[in-house]
Formats: sequence, structure tokens, C-alpha cells
Amino acid sequence: MVRVDGGGTGSLIQVRNLDKRYVRGSEEIHVLQGLNLDVEAGEFVAFMGPSGSGKTTLLNLLGGLDVPTSGSVTVAGDEISRLSAARLTAWRARHVGFIFQMYNLIPVLTAFQNVELPLLLTKLGKAERRQHVEAALELVGLADRIHHYPRQLSGGQEQRVAIARALVADPTFLLADEPTGDLDRRSAEEIMELIARLVDEHGKTVLMVTHDPRAAARAHVVLHLDKGVLVEAA
Amino acid sequence: MKFLPLVWANLARKKVRTTLTIGSFLIAMTLYGVLAAVHAAFYQGIDVAGADRLVIINRTSLTQPLPVSYRERLLQVDGVTDATHASWFGGVYQDEKNFFPQFAIDTDTYLNVFPEFQIPAEQWREFVADRQGCVVGAATAARYGFKLGDRLPIKGTIFPGVWEFNVRAIYSDPRQGGDETQLWFHKKYLEENGPAWFRGLVGWYTVVVESPDRAAEVARAIDARFANSPHETKTEPERAFAAAFVKQMGNIELIILSIGGVVFFTLLLVTGNTMATAVRERVGELAVLKTVGYSDRFVLGLVLAESLLIALQGGLAGLLIASRIAPWLGKALPGLTFDVPFRHLVLGVGLAVLVGLAAGLLPALAAMRLRVVEALRRV
Repeated sequence: MVRVDGGGTGSLIQVRNLDKRYVRGSEEIHVLQGLNLDVEAGEFVAFMGPSGSGKTTLLNLLGGLDVPTSGSVTVAGDEISRLSAARLTAWRARHVGFIFQMYNLIPVLTAFQNVELPLLLTKLGKAERRQHVEAALELVGLADRIHHYPRQLSGGQEQRVAIARALVADPTFLLADEPTGDLDRRSAEEIMELIARLVDEHGKTVLMVTHDPRAAARAHVVLHLDKGVLVEAA
Repeated sequence: MKFLPLVWANLARKKVRTTLTIGSFLIAMTLYGVLAAVHAAFYQGIDVAGADRLVIINRTSLTQPLPVSYRERLLQVDGVTDATHASWFGGVYQDEKNFFPQFAIDTDTYLNVFPEFQIPAEQWREFVADRQGCVVGAATAARYGFKLGDRLPIKGTIFPGVWEFNVRAIYSDPRQGGDETQLWFHKKYLEENGPAWFRGLVGWYTVVVESPDRAAEVARAIDARFANSPHETKTEPERAFAAAFVKQMGNIELIILSIGGVVFFTLLLVTGNTMATAVRERVGELAVLKTVGYSDRFVLGLVLAESLLIALQGGLAGLLIASRIAPWLGKALPGLTFDVPFRHLVLGVGLAVLVGLAAGLLPALAAMRLRVVEALRRV
């Protein structure tokens, strides 16, 4: 269940009266205004809206990459808007998997090493890490590209590696910022198929920003962000 | 250790740039090692100088002699237990480049003052018995193939003529850094065959003091005793005398420090620039690391580790090369032993670490302060 009226209780993600303002020169930009959101575990939410509407800012706030001007973001009982920068970093490692438009893989590391990055922060041993990485790459259908470098992969394959990296540490939820924005139509469909499978078969919670109506159509709920306010699509 | 592949991968990203930077460290540390070997070679006499010995020279200059009669008067100074004298001969064996020091010594007293020199008793007796006899250091004997019984013609530069000596003994000095390059012969031989102006004179005295604690007091007493005489004295510890002797060739320490300072400063700039460029090029990747949960401190450490690895690879290779090539310098400068002292190897590694960390610090701080949201926007 996804609500934008601030009336939900016990949701996995609770956003209350979220405000975000930037000062650019002498101008103050009010990006998000009193935004409320409740997302339960296992939901797949797509955020749409025109450029500059605050979609990525919302994603950054939900992922603990940025801090709100006022209001709160609570995930699995942790009010992340109150955490220090260091604790927020540790929180991100444990709870969030990020998927970017440009994949953002480390070009000098193999697919295996890229996926292993989040696990290096855990106490897992080498053998356990290997097991997790192989399972994640298997899940995204790249078990045979394990020792390939990003330059040896297609755009779609790179994004699959990025998805494997996002889910390898079994985070509480996944944040995807335009995951198909840099892909051709066929690759984009494959990626959306994969994300939908993660939600439907593996119970993952996914929040995705997209401009692509086809991608958004895969989500359980599509929310529109306009002038800093969230409204549910008709 | 589990993060090491990440550090290595980053270094391998631009192989030419990394290799050139490592090469800069290698050259700088080779130069440092060689300079350290040169420094150690020139100062090895200082390191082994006796703490209980004083050297007395003419107050005017080391090149001005002192009367031979001073020995008895020196022995009368409270705190002096023994005294001997020596004179610089400055001869040339076959060719000017074949340098080794030659001293005319007082055979009755020399070994009492310098007990560290080891000579078989039989050889010493034969030397004392032969007025033309000489004692040669083991290093010089090995270098020129001198054997007992050989006759050495040495051309005098201060004392004219060709002087012939019979090798009667070979001494050794078992101390670390001990000098085994000298040649000693009888002062009496010089007295009898040398120019009239040097008769009754010696180059300098070395006295043994009762205790090193009294060295300063005894030195003052000696100089006071000969004050206002035609041959006033300047007395100083053997260590200070050896240091002053080295300084006659120029301030080697200052030269070495100057060259080393310039080289390391340049190295700091080169490596700092490399690291700054490396960080600028992967702002996005560093932001991704932070996004997935790597802390600011980790990113700081990552950049510092890369800088440190460059420094250590180049530094260790440079020191290894220096320790291999330093002994070759001995061939160009006979009479001196060239080796990179262990403490300078350790210091070199320390310097490499220090320069590596210093060069990486600013780029590492920039990486640490990188704001994820802004950096991702630039990707």
C-alpha cells in the first residue's frame, strides 16, 4: 500500500512534511514542499514528473545521500534525517541499494569485483562473499560474465551488473534513478523485466525515478511529482 | 588486505603515469642512497673516533707543525695518560689517483694511543727494527697487492724526492667503519732524510685522557700551557678533529642536504600532481563508493594508500639500486668505503613514506570532502 496523505502507520518507508530548499545565488529554490509518503515492504513505486520537479532530490533524501531542510524520513524505524553523516553512510551500506542511469561501475574492476564492493564493508569472509556475488550475478543472468570488465560488456549488461551490486548485500530497499535512461528499447525492457522480477519473485521494495511511461507501467504505483508535491496518478 | 585489489586496480588505471611517478621515486631514492653512502664514507672516521682522545694541532693551522719536544710537556698536564705524534707525508704511489694517507709516526708510542689497530707482534717488531720499514692497512694492501717484504717507492709532494719503504707489517682495524687504508713509517726516517725545516717538528699530537668526562677540562689546560708560546696549540676531541678534517673538503653535509632537499621537494610536487589528477579523474567513482556505504575516512585512506604504494615501490627499488651501486664508487674514490648504512636505508624508507603521505594528503582530503550528490550530478 502506498499513501501520499501522511495517514499511513507502520510502513517500511515513512516520509512526513518533507521540505527541501536550495539557495542558488540570491535565489531560494523550494524543491519539495511538505511532502508525505508511505511505502510498504514489497511495493514497486515509480516517480514521474518533468525535469526539475524534484524526483532525484526525493530519491537522494530517501537514500540518505542528502538531508532535508525540514521534515523527516523514517525507514524501518530509523529516522535517517537525524543521523550524523558517518552513521548515515553506515546506514546506506546496510539498507539501500542504488541503481544509476549511467550504471556507475568502477571501470578498472571486473564484474565480480564491482558487485563485491558493498560486501567488503561487511564481516563476511572471502568464500561467503564469493558465494553472494555469484548468486547476485546469476540472478541478473550474468554468471558467464563474472570476470569481464565494464568495457567488455554492453550497456544492458553493465546495468545488470549495477543491479547485482545494488542487491548483493540484501538491502532493505532499492532506489533506481532512470535505470533505463541510457539503454536502447530492448535492453530497457530486459532491465525492467529484471526489476519487476526482483519485486514479484524476491519481494524487493523498489522506488524508481523515470521519464519512461513503459518503465513506469511496470510499477505497482506511479506517483507524479509536480512543483514539489506528490500526487497519485489517475 | 581485502581492499588491496581496489588500490592496485586504481594504480593500474594509468600505467604510464603510475610508472613514471614510481620512476621519479626510484631516481630520487637512488640519489638519496648514494648521497648517504658518500656521507657515510667521508664521516666514517668521525664515527669511530675515540671519545678519550684529544688531538692537538698548531693554533694557526693544521698545516703548521708543532715541536717534537711538546710530548714531554703534554704528559705533564693533569689528566693526560699518554701521548704520541704523527706527521702527514702526502706522497704519491705511482699515480696521483692512487691516494691513501701516509703518516710518519712515533713507533715507541703510537700503538699505546691507538690500541684498536691490530698487528701481529712479529710483524711489528720487524717494522720497528727496519728504519725504512712501513706498516700498511689491510684495505690498501689488498687494493694494490702489497705483500710483506715488498718495496714501495712513494714520491714526496711536501717532502721532495722518491722515498722507498719496505712493507714490514699489515694492520687491521676490526671496528665497524674502521680505517684500514693508512701507511705508517718511522718519523726518524723522515727526520734523517727530510728537509732541514721539518727537523724537530711534528704534524700533530694525539693524547689519551684519563676519562672522557675530563676531555674539555684537559683540552683547556693543554692550550693554556702553550699559550703565548711561538707554537700555540688548538686542542679538540678526536671526533671534532676528524669532522674539521672532512670539512676542509667542503661542507659535504650541506651539499648533500641541499641536493636531497631539492630532489624531495620536486618529488613531492610531482607525486602530489599525479594524485590530484588521479582524484579529479574519478570523482564519480569516489562518489559511488560513498553511495554504497564507504565512509569519508575510507576514501581518504584509499587515496593515501595509493600514494603510499607508489612511494614505497619507487623508494624500495631506489634504495636497493643505491645499495648495489654504492660500492662501485669506492673504485673512483680509493681509500673510502662506500656502503649505504642500515640506518639510512631505514630513514630512506621513512622518507618515502613521509613524501608519499604528504603528496597524497591534499588530494585525499579533497576526496574525503567530496559531496556525493554534487559529484553524482557531474557524472
